[in-house]
Amino acid sequence: MKNARIVAVVAALMAAAGFSGGAAAEDYPTRPISMVVPFAAGGPTDTVARLVAESMSRDLGQQILVENVGGAGGTLGASRVAKSDPDGYTLLLHHIGMATSAVLYRKLPYDTLNAFEYVGLVTEVPMTIVARSDFEPADLKGLIDYVKTNKDKVTLANAGVGAASHLCGMLFMSKIGEQLTTVPYKGTGPAMTDLVGKQVDFMCDQTTNTTNQIKGGKIKVYATTTKDRVASLPDVPTAAEAGLQDFEVGIWHGVYAPKGTPPEITAKLSAALQKALKDPLVVKRFADLGTAPSTEAEATPEGLKTKLTSEIERWRPVITAAGVYAD
Amino acid sequence: MDLLQNLAIGFSASLDPVNLLYCFLGVLLGTLIGVLPGIGPTATIAMLLPITFGLKPETSLIMLAGIYYGAQYGGSTTAILINLPGESSSAVTAIDGYQMARQGRAGPALAIAALGSFFAGTVATMLVAVFALPLTEMALQFGPAEYFSLIFLGLIASVALAHGSVLKALAMITLGLLFGLVGTDVTSGAQRFTLGIPDISDKLEFVSVAIGVFGLAEILRNLENESDRQVAIKKITHVWPTRDDFRQMVGPVLRGTGLGSALGILPGGGAILSSFAAYTVEKRISKTPEAFGKGAIAGVAAPEAANNAGAQTSFIPMLTLGIPANAVMALMVGAMIIQGIQPGPNVAIEQPQLFWGVITSMWIGNLMLVMLNLPLVGLWVRLLTIPYTVLFPAILVFCSIGVFSVNSNVFDLYTVAFFGLVGYVLIKLGCEPAPLLLGFVLGPMLEENLRRAMTISRGDWTVFFTRPLSATLLVIALLVLVLVFLPSIRAKREEVFQEEG
Repeated sequence: MKNARIVAVVAALMAAAGFSGGAAAEDYPTRPISMVVPFAAGGPTDTVARLVAESMSRDLGQQILVENVGGAGGTLGASRVAKSDPDGYTLLLHHIGMATSAVLYRKLPYDTLNAFEYVGLVTEVPMTIVARSDFEPADLKGLIDYVKTNKDKVTLANAGVGAASHLCGMLFMSKIGEQLTTVPYKGTGPAMTDLVGKQVDFMCDQTTNTTNQIKGGKIKVYATTTKDRVASLPDVPTAAEAGLQDFEVGIWHGVYAPKGTPPEITAKLSAALQKALKDPLVVKRFADLGTAPSTEAEATPEGLKTKLTSEIERWRPVITAAGVYAD
Repeated sequence: MDLLQNLAIGFSASLDPVNLLYCFLGVLLGTLIGVLPGIGPTATIAMLLPITFGLKPETSLIMLAGIYYGAQYGGSTTAILINLPGESSSAVTAIDGYQMARQGRAGPALAIAALGSFFAGTVATMLVAVFALPLTEMALQFGPAEYFSLIFLGLIASVALAHGSVLKALAMITLGLLFGLVGTDVTSGAQRFTLGIPDISDKLEFVSVAIGVFGLAEILRNLENESDRQVAIKKITHVWPTRDDFRQMVGPVLRGTGLGSALGILPGGGAILSSFAAYTVEKRISKTPEAFGKGAIAGVAAPEAANNAGAQTSFIPMLTLGIPANAVMALMVGAMIIQGIQPGPNVAIEQPQLFWGVITSMWIGNLMLVMLNLPLVGLWVRLLTIPYTVLFPAILVFCSIGVFSVNSNVFDLYTVAFFGLVGYVLIKLGCEPAPLLLGFVLGPMLEENLRRAMTISRGDWTVFFTRPLSATLLVIALLVLVLVFLPSIRAKREEVFQEEG
């Protein structure tokens, strides 16, 4: 009797726990959600996050608050989210650095592939190979020839170790088989200032940062790093068109949740993300940034997981060969 | 003619009732967060970004800009009253402003800061309107070599900034430089002096260090020294500056405005650099340099004018090139992108009502600020009569909130506590914290630009002397150095110092 009662109570408790768990996922979200952006406010990733968060908030009926937790190439913010409660109220919006930091950092406070649940891909911002306005080479082929013959004179700028421009620059050097003098900056802003001011020769950077300087005639553009031409820069050839094969680099952004977040919740978030990516306002702002939303198939947990896994494998040899580490 | 036309477009946008309202909200909020130590414009603007989604682009930028320059007004308030710079750019104001407050002249100090800021704001707005485009081209001439020489000059000049021992000032700058080394080396990505703590793997947070060495240390010292606090309360004689005060502030305000406007255009620590530089210049050319650090009017007027002018002119590269000169400008760029405007050389042409609206709103905002701040002076001064036992926990709470809001990182609070102790020890040793902070800010910039210039020149040292701008700056630095160490001048200064004492 006594045992049976205990069993019944335990069963009831378990049912209650199970039920309340289910209810939590069903009612989700019942309070504001925090979306951690592991970079400073005002940067390109922050802008992407705020645009998407705003639109997803409307769909979910709860405000998604963007929280900037910058530092250590984005790993501080990612580690914060990895340690958060897996209840769907803390999310992470990170870019390609999620994959590359797994190689750039020999010691990370979290296991990149096993510490997160996936919500989906958001967008892939294209990059451009740009140069100071009076740089001699006329096209990408000319640039490669020029760089090879003048490798003691040429300077290649980037926005610091692990930055998109640094990755793209490394890939460029490995493609043409030359080591060039790189000039690192703290962030894209100062690097772009010196490119416009003709202090450095060339760099590879996101369209978010380069489109306007290109359109304003302040810098020269050689190619985009995309498969197809970029809509906002229709006259600029792709790297393949300009003679450099297999040179596709994009700054892809994904939304993650801490490991153990119930699948019902990540599914709900994926659905909201997919809706946000079809929001005309988001589409338009993305277009202004020179990028496009990810497809519905990509904006899924599987889409993001596949991307992350393949990108880690893709960058590992490039980074290891360059012998660069961030710690 | 073009300019008048453009200004007309600008005023028609900025005098729009909705824009006027948001301009007012911006400067009011700016003043408030400026007064609250630690809570800076960067965190505030970041938090307010979502609100601007629903506004027109020019309205949102006018409001955000108001927060930024409004904070320059408010920042001096706490610097003067309780030696706690509300903003990093008011760090120098604290030196003489706080001494004035301790002599019962908090009112005049606050009024001088507000009036100086207003004058500088007015001039800088005109400069932005007239010279925005050509000035940006000039700023682009500043490459790594020029930056190195400019910062070198700044560091040398700051030796003269500290009163008392030159040796101690040098030691403080060096200590600041060393703290500045903590974090990731930009060139190689290697981590230096991080002790394996991920939270400082980038760098020590400036706000934490500043609040620690200035704010927390000051609180510790005040708590230990009961009598010091009472002095400030008893001796308040008059709230408004006298005719003599006005006479004394004219020159410094003019020079501060000029210097601030010029340095604000440069990317990097524009506003901070301007206020430090203005203070140094005043002390250098003053007939009574020994009065500095003891409540000199010029020591308040010049840096306050300079930081406001610098804040204003730092909009130039952002508006004309889309290149942010500091974190706040980066947020402005973000706000524009969210609004669907691509910041860059085309904004002035494609969005004249935005470009000129923001510029003209700065002047309107400055007018509002001076009208808002002057009547408040009396109120702020009365803040000093609040018992310190009530005041200091409140200050600590606001500092903590402010520091936490920068990165939402608890570790930054430990940093404040650590640097509070460092600052306290330094006060006990009779060392000035201002040069330490300057070294901390400029050290990394100095190193970065030195190595960048050397990389670009392929290891050729002569690059610093063959580029005319860079060479000129280095020659000035050399002259300053000679002046500091010239025995006759030193002897004379010591002499005057003793007579006064």
